[in-house]
Amino acid sequence: MTQLPVRTDRKLGLVIDLDTCVGCHACVISCKGWNTENYGAPLSDQDAYGADPSGTFLNRVHSFEIRPDEGAAQLVHFPKSCLHCEDAPCVTVCPTGASYKRREDGIVLVNEDHCIGCGLCAWACPYGARELDRAAGVMKKCTLCIDRIYNENLLEQDRVPACVRTCPAGARHFGDLGDPDSAVSQLVAERGGIDLMPEQGTRPVNKYLPPRPRDRIGADSPALTAVAETASGFLAWLDRTLDRLPGGGLARMDAPAKEENS
Amino acid sequence: MNPAPSVIIFTTLSGAGFGLLVWLGLGLPGVTGLTAFGFFAIAYLLAVGGLLASTFHLGRPERAIRAFTQWRTSWLSREGWTSVIALILMAGYGAGLVFLGTRWTALGLAGAAMSVAVVFTTSMIYAQLRTVPRWNMALTPVMFLTLSLTGGALLAGQMAAAKALLLLSGIVQIAYWKLGDRALAGSGTTLATATGLGAPRAVRAFEPPHTGTNYLLEEFVHVVGRRHALKLRAIALTLAVVLPLVLLMLGAGHLVAALAALCHLAGVAVSRWLFFAQAEHVVGFYYGKR
Repeated sequence: MTQLPVRTDRKLGLVIDLDTCVGCHACVISCKGWNTENYGAPLSDQDAYGADPSGTFLNRVHSFEIRPDEGAAQLVHFPKSCLHCEDAPCVTVCPTGASYKRREDGIVLVNEDHCIGCGLCAWACPYGARELDRAAGVMKKCTLCIDRIYNENLLEQDRVPACVRTCPAGARHFGDLGDPDSAVSQLVAERGGIDLMPEQGTRPVNKYLPPRPRDRIGADSPALTAVAETASGFLAWLDRTLDRLPGGGLARMDAPAKEENS
Repeated sequence: MNPAPSVIIFTTLSGAGFGLLVWLGLGLPGVTGLTAFGFFAIAYLLAVGGLLASTFHLGRPERAIRAFTQWRTSWLSREGWTSVIALILMAGYGAGLVFLGTRWTALGLAGAAMSVAVVFTTSMIYAQLRTVPRWNMALTPVMFLTLSLTGGALLAGQMAAAKALLLLSGIVQIAYWKLGDRALAGSGTTLATATGLGAPRAVRAFEPPHTGTNYLLEEFVHVVGRRHALKLRAIALTLAVVLPLVLLMLGAGHLVAALAALCHLAGVAVSRWLFFAQAEHVVGFYYGKR
């Protein structure tokens, strides 16, 4: 049914830390790996080893450059998948009822057996989260790894979306964003998590944590000073002994160099 | 947006077909017998032909029947219902005219109203999309409806009405283009709101997710035809409005009317091509495109 639930019991979703993401695309690969052989039709590729390869992905990592008025440019890697919106425009436009939002956890899903592949939901999504699979002719989207998160055959630590489980930087967090006490909600509050395209009125569940401002080395930055000027103990003995060897004076290359600099 | 031929053929032909059904439903012209059969045959060929063409862009057309289930929320589903109801009502009305020589006025009016509803629901499929600011305007349904009624008037041989509607169509079409050119900027969506990474000029798309293309780029970021937009607008306006008007001024007669109608339909097809090719989807921002 394409009528959206008035409210959902939980709001399961992702929190993506743009400060931490290193842009390795491991989440893209693990997502494709898990989802091509589990829920629904496989994620097909076309001309995979040819001149013009393309394929279906549920998660893609963009890279943006911030160019401030002063200082160095900053590169931000930006993973993007379905945001499981509360006012999901992709659901209400669906003519068949294949697209729906679950009342119990807020996950937006596609019943692929009912999908006619009209593509209207992908048109309605501002985020490009839905892709029509060229081989299956049905719409594919992030399921929040619904076949992992409730899967009691998996170890408990594996019951999170594949992208979250695989992220080597800890840039992806999974949880209930409807519960203000959950770890993800706390993280969003602490770091000032934001909605993408809030003006589109979709009320996304997934939040993005903006990159923290980078430290800048300027004239007023404290100069680096040596923490140990004089050696003691074994190192002091070694220092003296090496000095006494022939050519020992030449070995103290750091001393004259220091004077030249100062 | 990708100007898929199936959708252009569908909106152009069905628009004209249901437009003709509106006029027939109103009893303009008040034909019966074989003449009525001719008019209804043309209307049904256009309307049903267009609807069939629209199924070619489906990934799984064999399940198309399911599209009737979600009329509560989906304009596409509502379009399915209105078109079937309109076609059934007009089939009954047409049968009365063709076989019995009687005009069931109420049935005709109901069929005409439903035919208007078909074109309106079609236009709302596009107009409802906030993601495509150029479509997300009140003028979108106005344009679809005026063009449909104009095409219908030309096919129905309603020359006085056709002349007035051609003029109106021209005005609406130009207004749609003018407002449409400002729609994306006016939508408030920018790369800055898309990413939350600061002022629009300070952020730029550095690297796309993949070196190759993908469904999103092929479907939403169509840039090839936009280069010639101005020329195509001139061609569309000339074919859809100016030439038919000139032809109607020059004289009456079936040949002139047929020529004017064909000319108009060709112009509407060009305009519809632009309607898709020029429309920018906000997802393009993520790719540094529009």
